[in-house]
Amino acid sequence: MTPRVWTRERMLSLLPAALLLALVVVLPIARVVALSVMRTEMDEGFRLEFAGLDPFVRLWQDGRWWTSLRNTAVFTASSVAAEMVLGIAFALLLHGSFRGRGLARAIVMLPWALPTAVMALAWSWIFNDSFGVANDLLRRLGLASEPIAWLGQGGTAMFAMVAADVWKTTPFVTLIVLAGLQAIPHEVMEAARVDGLNARQRLTRITLPLLVPSLIVALAFRMVQAYGAFDLVYVMTGGGPGGATETVSLYAYQNYFRYLDFGYGSAIATQGVLIAILLVLIVLRFTRGAGTRG
Amino acid sequence: MSGAPPRAAPRPAWLLALGVTAMVAWSLGPALWQALTAIKPDAQITRVPTVYLPQPPTLEHVRRLFERLPFEAYLANSAWVATWAMLLCVAIAALAAAALARMPGPGRLRLLLVLLFISLFPPILLLFPLYEGVRALGWINHPIALILPYAALNLPLAVWVLESAFRQLPREIDEAARVDGLAPIARLWRIHLPLAMPSVVTAAILVFIFCWNEFMLALTFMTRHDAKTVTAGIASVGSASLFEIPWGQLSAAIVVATLPLVFLVLLFERRIASGLTRGALKG
Amino acid sequence: MSRGPLIAKDLVKVFPDGTRALDGVSVSAAPGKVLTLLGPSGCGKSTLLRIIAGLEHATSGSIELDGRRLDDRAPGERDVGFVFQNYALYPHLSVAANLGLALEVRGVGREERERRVRETAERLGIGELLARRPAQLSGGQQQRVALGRALARRPRLYLLDEPLSNLDALLREDMRAELKALFAGVDASVVYVTHDQSEAMSLSDRVAVMRHGRVLQCASPLELYARPATLFVGTFVGGPRMTVWHGVRDSDSLAVGGVRVPVPAGLPGGPRLAVGIRPEDVIVSDGPLRDGLEVVRRLAEPLGARTLLTLEAGGQIARAMAEPREWPERLWMAWPQNRLHWFDAETEARLEPGGGG
Repeated sequence: MTPRVWTRERMLSLLPAALLLALVVVLPIARVVALSVMRTEMDEGFRLEFAGLDPFVRLWQDGRWWTSLRNTAVFTASSVAAEMVLGIAFALLLHGSFRGRGLARAIVMLPWALPTAVMALAWSWIFNDSFGVANDLLRRLGLASEPIAWLGQGGTAMFAMVAADVWKTTPFVTLIVLAGLQAIPHEVMEAARVDGLNARQRLTRITLPLLVPSLIVALAFRMVQAYGAFDLVYVMTGGGPGGATETVSLYAYQNYFRYLDFGYGSAIATQGVLIAILLVLIVLRFTRGAGTRG
Repeated sequence: MSGAPPRAAPRPAWLLALGVTAMVAWSLGPALWQALTAIKPDAQITRVPTVYLPQPPTLEHVRRLFERLPFEAYLANSAWVATWAMLLCVAIAALAAAALARMPGPGRLRLLLVLLFISLFPPILLLFPLYEGVRALGWINHPIALILPYAALNLPLAVWVLESAFRQLPREIDEAARVDGLAPIARLWRIHLPLAMPSVVTAAILVFIFCWNEFMLALTFMTRHDAKTVTAGIASVGSASLFEIPWGQLSAAIVVATLPLVFLVLLFERRIASGLTRGALKG
Repeated sequence: MSRGPLIAKDLVKVFPDGTRALDGVSVSAAPGKVLTLLGPSGCGKSTLLRIIAGLEHATSGSIELDGRRLDDRAPGERDVGFVFQNYALYPHLSVAANLGLALEVRGVGREERERRVRETAERLGIGELLARRPAQLSGGQQQRVALGRALARRPRLYLLDEPLSNLDALLREDMRAELKALFAGVDASVVYVTHDQSEAMSLSDRVAVMRHGRVLQCASPLELYARPATLFVGTFVGGPRMTVWHGVRDSDSLAVGGVRVPVPAGLPGGPRLAVGIRPEDVIVSDGPLRDGLEVVRRLAEPLGARTLLTLEAGGQIARAMAEPREWPERLWMAWPQNRLHWFDAETEARLEPGGGG
């Protein structure tokens, strides 16, 4: 007797979730896509007029859009790269047993649990040009004679933002990698020891290859999350100085709520997301090969 | 006799200690620095070179904080919204998860993947239409404007966690309950949820944390001062003008806003860790 | 090339929580011979094996192989091949890579390595599977790869941790025979761990029976069977289990419940004794037996070639292997004096008539 998949019970059970998601996610996405092909006309009040692909043409010619895309790419790439390395390191450290490991793990997870927007303020305080700890530490270590105006210059502001993001989201990667590590049967590591592999060889030839699936998951998630980062940028730099750290999300937000150009904002948002999806697919295709090779 | 992993060969102990210390210092540093600033007298905050330890510590900032901003309102709002969103989310997720857990065929996996896919959309995409909807319904500054979206946005995570927990319950228990005549809802409430309670708690904690920390929607939908949540409240004050920010009070605000989360994490570290990885590793 | 033996002396292992897993164990295995560590769960056999491999450290004691101390060496430097109970194959590597990794790490050239891998695989009947991954293999095939991983290295010492316990019964029998043949062709020492006494009996040159971290007896299988040194060894080795009666000495017999068993002259030991007889040594008959006992048949389990009877007399239960036919309810049973095993009830040590112990 093959059980029926779509029983009335099941459908009723799934209904609330389906409704809620349709309401909060599916419909808005449809709306945003619709808006993206509209132009906002401001004569007496707002009017939205169908504009076909014009907004996208305008996007293509918009220097500020390209800048925001570049900023987003730089932010995402730097942040994710740093987190992956740091996350693997932390996971390896937390994998071995030592006294106080539970506490250490809790502390390592702390950054992830704290609100990004609020900690962004904390970070701007750390990178404050006059009173910030960053400058103080650099001075004490003899690495810089003059205080750096972190948030006042494009390059350093981006660095500060990346630092804040890496701090916040490394725990996420750490936890995923840790779970991956714990899934490796300890006897496999023992077999490697008996076979004569030293610690470094065990790491590179057994551990890391077996971690690849976890790493791919972490990579995909983090890429999407970093790409859509809003809280950090809005609070820490506001996109400044002079648009040097403005990301796609922020640019869309500005168009929505400052310039009241809803159609264009939507075009930015949808275009941005399409590019994100594309990137993730490319990365996944690329890494899937690495995961199954050798 | 393989069971508990035996002790590994002793690594250079100092290397491990150094690594762990650095890792902990890095993770704790910024938060700790904030806490120190919050209890430092004004004069020492703006001293150059930086004064690290407050001498003597003061609660002045915390006191003034509550005078200057409707901080209790912020905290209350955050708690209210996060709690209701969490309850709603977990309830709806439990229903969905119960259905998915025993679903035969490829449908289950497909639906879970759809859920995953939905959760990956950057929220900026949803912001404006949601704003339009909230405004049209007259829900600006009303908690429901946040509760519903939060419940929805956290559904994928909650469903992933609960579904895997329900699936691990032995099928025979379901069947015994059905033979005993329990209706589906009764089964969910009296069998699944109690038996899977640890995972339910995990899901609840994760959702609560996400809701408490959410910023973008809170910033946009809550414009009135006393309706703001803690994240939106602090952040919007803080970014007002970076020149005349009373950093002492702001730090105090940051600490007070994040303190509940610190407690949550320290208490439920293990739960949170397993819930997060389960939610993400399935991919 | 003749190799030296494995000699483990006075090994003690105390775990951090206080458990005394090994309590002064000494064993040795000669090259070309198979030593089996046999015992129930928790007796310390796996711990001993892992200490020999270097995966754990002994609290005290020494280990020597081929004249050289192993104690301070990392597992990879002991020239030991270990076969894990759960196989522990490298999931992300092909069978060929699994077999050859240890060789590669030691700098064996590619040609030589491939040759040895191929040879080993052929010998184990997995030559066709070299390109596959562990996940694509059956349990039996995985087990052979685990074996091959050790074989390809041609180590001085083979350590096998219950390698057959995850196989189903039929496969186990076949593999047992194969293992025995394999070990015969190898000039290294072999230490084998199992809780299955029939496996131990069939594969080993010598068996060390362990319990609670101690070696109770280390001897050839036949010796263990014929002259078990302790009560535990007697009941653990040989199946179906030995029947054991406990009783009190009363002049020249042992009073066991309502039965009296004559005690041989000159048997040392205290007032309380245990006497054991293997079911296959018990004589059963429809009619009366000289020096026999009248018994009631409680249970008959036909095992095919023999039937296992559970008999009762005077409140005591005994088991006997008898011809495979119907047996009446009232029977006679007798046991040859020279087939009885006597043990002191306090020390559980074997007692020999005429003074030996």
